[in-house]
Amino acid sequence: MSKIETLRERLEQIFGNQLQNTVLELGEITIEVAAEHYLDVCEKLRDDDVFAFEILIDLCGIDYSAYGQDEWKTDASANGFSRGIDSAQHGRLKFGDELPENQSERKRFAVITHLLSIKNNQRLRIRVFAEDDAYPVVKSVVDIWNGVNWFEREAFDLFGIHFDGHPDLRRILTDYGFVGHPFRKDFPLSGNVEMRYDEEQKRVVYEPVSIEPRVLVPRVIRENNNRHNMPANEPESEE
Amino acid sequence: MPEIRNYTLNFGPQHPAAHGVLRLILEMDGEVIQRADPHIGLLHRATEKLAESKPYNQSIGYMDRLDYVSMMSNEHGYILALEKLLGVEVPERAQYIRVMFDEITRLLNHLLWIGAHGLDVGAMTMFLYAFREREDLMDVYEAVSGARLHATYYRPGGVARDLPDSMPQYKASKWHSQKEVSRLNDTRSGSLLDFIEDFTTRFPGYVDEYETLLTDNRIWKQRLVDIAIVSPERAMQLGFTGPMLRGSGIEWDLRRKQPYAVYDKLDFDIPVGTNGDSYDRYLVRMEEMRQSNHIIKQCVDWLRANPGIVMAADHKVTPPRREEMKGDMESLIHHFKLFTEGYCLPEGEAYGAVEHPKGEFGVYLVSDGANKPYRMKIRAPGFAHLSALDEMTRGHMLSDVVAVIGTQDIVFGEIDR
Repeated sequence: MSKIETLRERLEQIFGNQLQNTVLELGEITIEVAAEHYLDVCEKLRDDDVFAFEILIDLCGIDYSAYGQDEWKTDASANGFSRGIDSAQHGRLKFGDELPENQSERKRFAVITHLLSIKNNQRLRIRVFAEDDAYPVVKSVVDIWNGVNWFEREAFDLFGIHFDGHPDLRRILTDYGFVGHPFRKDFPLSGNVEMRYDEEQKRVVYEPVSIEPRVLVPRVIRENNNRHNMPANEPESEE
Repeated sequence: MPEIRNYTLNFGPQHPAAHGVLRLILEMDGEVIQRADPHIGLLHRATEKLAESKPYNQSIGYMDRLDYVSMMSNEHGYILALEKLLGVEVPERAQYIRVMFDEITRLLNHLLWIGAHGLDVGAMTMFLYAFREREDLMDVYEAVSGARLHATYYRPGGVARDLPDSMPQYKASKWHSQKEVSRLNDTRSGSLLDFIEDFTTRFPGYVDEYETLLTDNRIWKQRLVDIAIVSPERAMQLGFTGPMLRGSGIEWDLRRKQPYAVYDKLDFDIPVGTNGDSYDRYLVRMEEMRQSNHIIKQCVDWLRANPGIVMAADHKVTPPRREEMKGDMESLIHHFKLFTEGYCLPEGEAYGAVEHPKGEFGVYLVSDGANKPYRMKIRAPGFAHLSALDEMTRGHMLSDVVAVIGTQDIVFGEIDR
């Protein structure tokens, strides 16, 4: 049994049904933990000698609300192909538009953590979903790995995920006085406000953005290009 | 007795020692730092959000602009994650070229670091020396990609093109006399590999020069020894990687421990510090330059002996050759599809990490099966390092803050993203 399969087995042994899901793909293990068990699991991952994940490499937020949606659904008819561009997709959003509701069965926000064990030379990914889509809260792991402080601030800033127990949850990357959480899928790429120096008022002023969102390449999902899942000996289909 | 209050000092964002746009709020008791609160994000460009709106290949160029002094290493991190999801085989020659340029990039980065760090501490000459060598290495970048900084040279499935047979030549001008130009062109008369080999024979001598200036220099040691000591336990707690972690005495290098590309076939050592102070980190980086030079030399020898393709022939991902497109319908279609729509990644997630000159640079890709990433997260080493600035400077003097920023090797392109 390879090293990574051993790790998977141990994870399932020790945590049992605290894990909602364990995936081993592309040589990487992902575990999904319920928000209530998050801290216990993390602490054991750091302190238990079979895991010994001393370093938290990365923590990031993710917004699953537009997962699996594409912008290029064409209908063929006697007159030719339709253009198939749906305006209310992320990337085409304008100031004031609203993204269609989260239709997937999973929760909208998750926090993804990458751990590294120097002692055992292995990695692990943890995903924990925030229970409430409207006010996402996840417990902070800052007491387990001190270096996570800024990573959690970043996830709060960009996604609006609140970290319960974080000592200093402020915005970090966006401007002072910024409104909104820019990496959410319903935040337009062009932003909401633009800034310029006003000669008359002798100060910098903020105004609603004047540029139109522009998509040069639409987002498409093509199953037949799914090379990874294709049997090796099957000839590739023509487009 | 009058009441003594802490003094709050605003440092930056426009300050020559802030290495870019760092704003520091320093709370001080006299000249001793009580608390340092870095305000970052002044260079935030939302690279990750931009990448979500573009086909995969179009984001390679953004990677150069993250840590803009170690361009190709950033590209390598992104390409690794991409190739992991795609499952493309990369030709061995392309892997050797990547490793060679990773190490050239490491030299570029460490040269800028030693120059800027020296300048911060008061050694003006270092900057001039380091930039003399950077000039040669940027010529190498230019020869291979056409750009001196933002190369966009790595592609999924290989590298953009093979190494060229000739180097660009200097021309005499108002600023360069004929004599100077012929001296410069002398080493540039052969192929790119000849030039790099010539550089690797010269470079150890240059490192000796730097060390003569700094290693035993009294002022240098007074400013670095026992400054910002980080114990191995704290270094791990704080998420340090790269020279910052090795300076604290932990032997951890992805090139050796989790080898990617062809690092498992190359011979090199991992320098490790003992005290975890700024001086150890300086020594670690100096030795890394010598080791990188050694790796480059091995790559040059291998590349000379083994010509071959540098791009996988899988035209769903890599563009077909121009001649093929002229005669072959299918190649034309592939080309058109690749440059309009791009390619779709299978659904899944992958994390690709490289030993970047500053630490572990990782790219986490989430794909929902589309031709654009669903979410991309860039794990920048400097982000974790800068977040420890408060702990590292506490109790030190104001002038040490500048030395600590120098020892952390901070570049805002990657921290603010």
